[in-house]
Amino acid sequence: MKTAEELHRILAEKFGEELFELKQDEPAAPWIIVKAEQIREVSKFLRDEPGLRFDSLMCLSGVHYPKENALGVTYHLFSTSEKHKLTLKVIMPEEDAHLPTVEQIWKTADWHEREAYDMFGIRFDGHPDPRRILCPDDWEGYPLRKDYRVQEFYRGMKVEY
Amino acid sequence: MGLLDKKFQDSNIIIVSLEKALNWARKSSIWYMQFGLACCAIEMMATAASRYDFDRFGIIPRSSPRQADVMIVAGTVTLKMATRIKRLYEQMAEPRYVISMGSCSNCGGPYWEHGYHVLKGVDRVVPVDVYVPGCPPRPEALLQGFLHLHDKIMKESLVEGIGSKPVVIHDKGGDDIQVKSAEETDEHKTAQIEFPQQDVARKKEGA
Repeated sequence: MKTAEELHRILAEKFGEELFELKQDEPAAPWIIVKAEQIREVSKFLRDEPGLRFDSLMCLSGVHYPKENALGVTYHLFSTSEKHKLTLKVIMPEEDAHLPTVEQIWKTADWHEREAYDMFGIRFDGHPDPRRILCPDDWEGYPLRKDYRVQEFYRGMKVEY
Repeated sequence: MGLLDKKFQDSNIIIVSLEKALNWARKSSIWYMQFGLACCAIEMMATAASRYDFDRFGIIPRSSPRQADVMIVAGTVTLKMATRIKRLYEQMAEPRYVISMGSCSNCGGPYWEHGYHVLKGVDRVVPVDVYVPGCPPRPEALLQGFLHLHDKIMKESLVEGIGSKPVVIHDKGGDDIQVKSAEETDEHKTAQIEFPQQDVARKKEGA
């Protein structure tokens, strides 16, 4: 069982100090900020490395940060053998929000990434089925963005009351 | 046959208008299409189960729109589902009826303001005959809705233009029940579900 601090040190030694940022003393559990292009290698390392063994992706969720003009993806990892948890965050500019998929590493990510795409418009490069999951395929806009305005009509049906 | 058992041994004759006999036969076996969309479906199932027993009115569930007389829209209609409801309604054979069950399918219910994906009333895509209020309505309320539908069927005429017109019954609970003919209300004018390309063209026209 390792703390977030120890996990951060292991990642920094493996991939380089400058790539990761540890956030502690926040109201939530500590998290590590990962660069978007690094997330796939980091995920694979976290899953396969003896002593880490993050074999479970508990949740993958999209986040909109309107003040920073950014979109983010948060990964909550858990190891069923080592019993430790880790939170990873990827933060990207709103106008070009894309990052590599982790679907091939954790199957959980398949539908979660589709949901993040559906609700926030975050694109996951390499995802095998990058469609919307909840809204209809021809829906306009991304409903969970803070600046979302609903379309007036959907296929001739008025949306507003 | 119960009450009528062994009453016809002497070739007795019943005199009734054909219209009334047919309407009586139709109202006595309304097969409904299962359309459970949310929690209202639980109440609908409870109504069909032994305690409330739909079957005593000859109401039994069918899974195919082609065998159904009435569609009970029981629950929240999302815009994605609305396109399917319209399609299934069109597949039902006439005469066909729609019962809108619960606040969501009546008017959007608790999603009326912030539910961006919810259709604010199923009467925007299909003509509704009976609105059953409640969130969700109790089984008695749904049965009451069916009794109103019985009334409506009994008022219908075989010959178009003669006799009573199709009516829309508003039962808002209590004694405040309104009966409107189809001409008095525009609820039978339904939204046209267009294909996306047409939608795009309509938007370009600025409609």
